[in-house]
Amino acid sequence: MLQIKYFKCGYGKKFYISDITFGVDKGGFTGIIGPNGSGKTTLFRGITGELPTEEGAVIINGHNIKDLTLKEKARKMAVVTQEFENVDVTVEDFVLMGRFPYQSPFQFFETKEDYGIAHKYLELTDMYRLKDKYMYQLSGGERQLAAIARALSQEPELLLLDEPTSSLDITHKMQVLNLIQHLNSEMKLTVLMIIHDLNLASEYCDNLIMINNGKIHVTGKPEDVLNYKTIEEVYNTVVITKTNPLSNKPVVLLVSGKVLDEHKT
Amino acid sequence: MKELNTEHIRKKYLLWILFTALLLVLLVLSALISITIGEVNISVFDLPGILGQEGEGVEYAILNKIRLPRIILGFAVGGSLSLAGVILQGIYRNPLVEPYTLGISGGAALGVALVIVTGLHYAFGSFMLPLVGFLGSLATIVLVYSLGLRNGKIRVQSMLLIGVMISFVVSSLMMFLMSVTSAENLHGIVFWMMGSLDEPNIILIRVALLASVIGLFLAYLFVKPLNALRLGQEKAKHLGFNTEVTLRILFVTASLLTGICVAVAGVIGFVGLIIPHLMRIIIGSDYRILLISSFLGGGIFLIFSDLLARTIISPIELPIGVITGIIGGTLFVIVLSRKNLRFN
Repeated sequence: MLQIKYFKCGYGKKFYISDITFGVDKGGFTGIIGPNGSGKTTLFRGITGELPTEEGAVIINGHNIKDLTLKEKARKMAVVTQEFENVDVTVEDFVLMGRFPYQSPFQFFETKEDYGIAHKYLELTDMYRLKDKYMYQLSGGERQLAAIARALSQEPELLLLDEPTSSLDITHKMQVLNLIQHLNSEMKLTVLMIIHDLNLASEYCDNLIMINNGKIHVTGKPEDVLNYKTIEEVYNTVVITKTNPLSNKPVVLLVSGKVLDEHKT
Repeated sequence: MKELNTEHIRKKYLLWILFTALLLVLLVLSALISITIGEVNISVFDLPGILGQEGEGVEYAILNKIRLPRIILGFAVGGSLSLAGVILQGIYRNPLVEPYTLGISGGAALGVALVIVTGLHYAFGSFMLPLVGFLGSLATIVLVYSLGLRNGKIRVQSMLLIGVMISFVVSSLMMFLMSVTSAENLHGIVFWMMGSLDEPNIILIRVALLASVIGLFLAYLFVKPLNALRLGQEKAKHLGFNTEVTLRILFVTASLLTGICVAVAGVIGFVGLIIPHLMRIIIGSDYRILLISSFLGGGIFLIFSDLLARTIISPIELPIGVITGIIGGTLFVIVLSRKNLRFN
């Protein structure tokens, strides 16, 4: 579905990521993890095509993204980032914007089909009841749900998410991530997500890609990637890893400096 | 699947149509009032008769030579400035931007001042000042545009700052020119800068009208990307729009419209700031309705302002900028203090 081969991109000589090679299968749920400044967002922007490919290729369903027009790209991949913006647009109009890639440039009004699709995903994300509210009236969690509904209206093959939950409390974090999980397992939507929280990454993703200093450090299943050794190498932080008794996925526990000192002595 | 509920959509479009119709009615009304009132009052009912008996008669001359051209120019300039304002606010995603923020008016004024100071304005007749004004604004546009590009990409925020700075430099140069020139020239410069719809040259009026209509048409070609740009440049790109091309064409369109307006009518402030905001508050931020309503609203506003400017202390004519500033500014503050301004 998505193949990234020997990929290099970045901001001139200042910072770049290189030698990135991995694949995401159709219906896969892959997380990108790594410390701040490791190149997660650079990789993300390389995949969306905002940063030009310098070497290698990003291939989505057999098409090199370099060869796709912006519109074609918008039909294949939908992007959800953190919605900070207080936009003066109703939720319904916001979600309808996901239909832009399917409209001709001079189509002045949305079709019935556009509304049908937008409403379908408003229902699915449980946002239909809020469709007449303005985006700025929503809470952070609702805004993320609206952004996902908009992304779904693009009817993409690949859903790209950049830290969709980092500013939310645990209720809304779980609500958003459970929705994404549902889309992934029920609708076979392929998901690639940058996520800071290692425990959530472990719990939700089938595969993890750990990035450090602009290179892939390690990839694999959560239980292979998230052990105390790798985490200490990459994050320079002492952690304890255990297994979640319900999901059997690794959990990462942090230890305060004071406790660590007490244990050393 | 559930039955599609389209009632609210139909209502929205109906509201847009009604609002446009209302603005059109107001436009006709403002034109009619404006054409009948002045030093010589003419009854609305006499209009067909007077305009029918072409050629002779003082009243025909007043209508055809003085009032009608002013109304057309007011409509064109008001519409253009307001349209330029709404476009620039959209592409810069900044509520304080107006057509003159980028120094376009300053450039025009500097050109005109230079010509007046050097005495060249007697050289080529009535075309000279508008021409120099337009060249001045064109020079500023090219300067702001090229300085705002880096590696072939538009840097929206730096471009805005560069424009503001150029505006400062230009106005300092203006002050320099004004401080060294004679009182007579000074009066000429100030008079030009205050702006007026009193334009004897019918060709310039036609140019302004044509430009405003073309501008509106061009803006509508980019109405979808403008709508997407409400979410920001990056997100608009993710939705499949070539934001670079959109920004460039819209910037040039808005700037040229402003340049033409300043060249023909001088510096008439506030229209490009107030009307777009007023329309945003009334009808919302969807550019499909916002562009046309700003355009019509600007035209109406300027026709009315001009009517006040020439009648309030008749026979003395006030600079129209005084009216747009006082009325427009006050109106805006009243509306704003009652309603929150939401901008992107």
